[in-house]
Amino acid sequence: MARARGAVGRWFDSKGWRDIVISVPFLWLLVFFLVPFVIVLAMSFARRAELSPPIAFLDHWPYLQTGNFARLLDDSLYLRAFLTSLWNAGLATLFCLLIGYPMALGITRVTRSWRNLLLMLVILPFWTSFLLRVYAWMGLLGANSWFNKVLTGLVNTILPADRAMSSIPMMNSNFAVVLVMVYSYLPFMILPLYANLEKLDQTLNEAATDLGSRPWQVFKDITLPLSIPGIIAGGLLVFIPASGELVIPSLVGNASDPMIGRVISDEFSSARDWPMAAAVAVALLLALVLPIMAYTHFEKRAQERVEGRA
Amino acid sequence: MKRRPLFLISCLCFGFAFFYVPILSLIVFSFNKSRLVTVWGGFSTQWYGKLLHNEQILKAALLSLQIALASATLATILGAMVGIALARFHRFRGRTLLSGLVTAPLIMPEVITGISSLMLFIFMAEWIGWPSGRGFTTVTIAHITFSMTYVAVIVQSRLSSADVAIEEAAMDLGARPWQVLIDITLPVIAPALVSGWLLAFTISLDDVVITSFTTGPGTTTLPILIWSKVRLGVTPDINALATVIICLVAAGVVAAALIMHRAESRRSRDEQMAQAQGASG
Repeated sequence: MARARGAVGRWFDSKGWRDIVISVPFLWLLVFFLVPFVIVLAMSFARRAELSPPIAFLDHWPYLQTGNFARLLDDSLYLRAFLTSLWNAGLATLFCLLIGYPMALGITRVTRSWRNLLLMLVILPFWTSFLLRVYAWMGLLGANSWFNKVLTGLVNTILPADRAMSSIPMMNSNFAVVLVMVYSYLPFMILPLYANLEKLDQTLNEAATDLGSRPWQVFKDITLPLSIPGIIAGGLLVFIPASGELVIPSLVGNASDPMIGRVISDEFSSARDWPMAAAVAVALLLALVLPIMAYTHFEKRAQERVEGRA
Repeated sequence: MKRRPLFLISCLCFGFAFFYVPILSLIVFSFNKSRLVTVWGGFSTQWYGKLLHNEQILKAALLSLQIALASATLATILGAMVGIALARFHRFRGRTLLSGLVTAPLIMPEVITGISSLMLFIFMAEWIGWPSGRGFTTVTIAHITFSMTYVAVIVQSRLSSADVAIEEAAMDLGARPWQVLIDITLPVIAPALVSGWLLAFTISLDDVVITSFTTGPGTTTLPILIWSKVRLGVTPDINALATVIICLVAAGVVAAALIMHRAESRRSRDEQMAQAQGASG
């Protein structure tokens, strides 16, 4: 049959199908992902110009200039935006961990049918629109909302009567940004943690309990150390998208204290300074790649340790 | 047997309240009579009625569905190819680069992906005259690029946990490599293809940031429309729209989970039957 279809058929049978399977998606990713990235990288070494497109490179060797990166360090706007982003993303990661860890652990401790139901309840908000989940909070954070009133009432019971508040100014603040980020990214923390905790050997816990450890000690000495890979995986899954977040700070954040995603977008659209936007983007990527490399290094070392022991 | 982990259970209750109270509040206020979203003014379904007659929203929803269908389908095909290549072809030129290209979009902040895609389209239009404008095609391309990597990861992990022996057996029995691919590998990764397609579909349907950079005038997807309205504040008609979307998605997810659960239990029953027959025969 291959002979009947001639040379093309033979080529396809021998290795052609394989070449196609590899090269088609490869080419796609090269053209639509790698090339754009290289363009942005190159553009970060250009300068703004009244041209179309509005960029210009140096007209002599080496054609590239580092002015944008110098400005990144000089202008406190950028440094401050970076710090705000890392701080907000770090806080969001921390709170996701504090809320998500007991939830993930709790899910491993219930019966099988409950477990499936609870996992589904974790995943369900993750499938529903991200934008709408942020929007849901816009309705809660405002000064007239029932949520704000309940919270204000609670706070006023603690505060002395002469300092009672009429409402808590939550909207358009970093508090709101962190809160909504925790809300949006919590499933990303719970799922890898659950996957990790579920695989842990329960006999270790039982042995420690039999030998007289208290539940807290069992947790501290056995469960927590063994779940560090899950904590790191979940932490990265929250921290990375949170630090580049654009939607949440635009909707509930404080415009005078922007996060880095907003700065990139503004440089690009309003200021029409494409090279500067590219430089900020490259800097953000560098800031994100470092923790990821640390993670892969850590994971590799853990892997080696496990293999060495085996 | 053991003491009930009260602390963990109360954490679970708090966590799920945190997950669902905002969504429930949003749904309740979609039935509010008052124009103010935060103050209850009596029950009414007027915002749903208005929604049905809002052509702008219906048009945007239709466009979003078209883009999501097109991009999810292509992303599944391309992503499956990457997944198969990475899991089954052990040595080929550019393997490291390919696996890097698959992970990079997953960790790239959306703003950067959006801006760099837009850059590409602008420079391509400048150099080769295509794409002449931004709209359906450019948004779909950007969505494919982004979501095919998710499909690739799902397919790859499914294949690396599947047994190679069946594929090798078929090869030994004289099947051509691509026949093995179609007759054996594809059925093995079918569940991964389904979940990959669903994931790509929802990612596309939901995307704001990348779409906002790669779209052009006249091409307004539903999330872009919602985004432009929501920036101006909270309004009850958005609550009604959100309720409709959330209910549709929830129904879809629950149905998918039930179908998968049933298939799973049928398979395990079949396996038990086969084992029992093997033991008795």
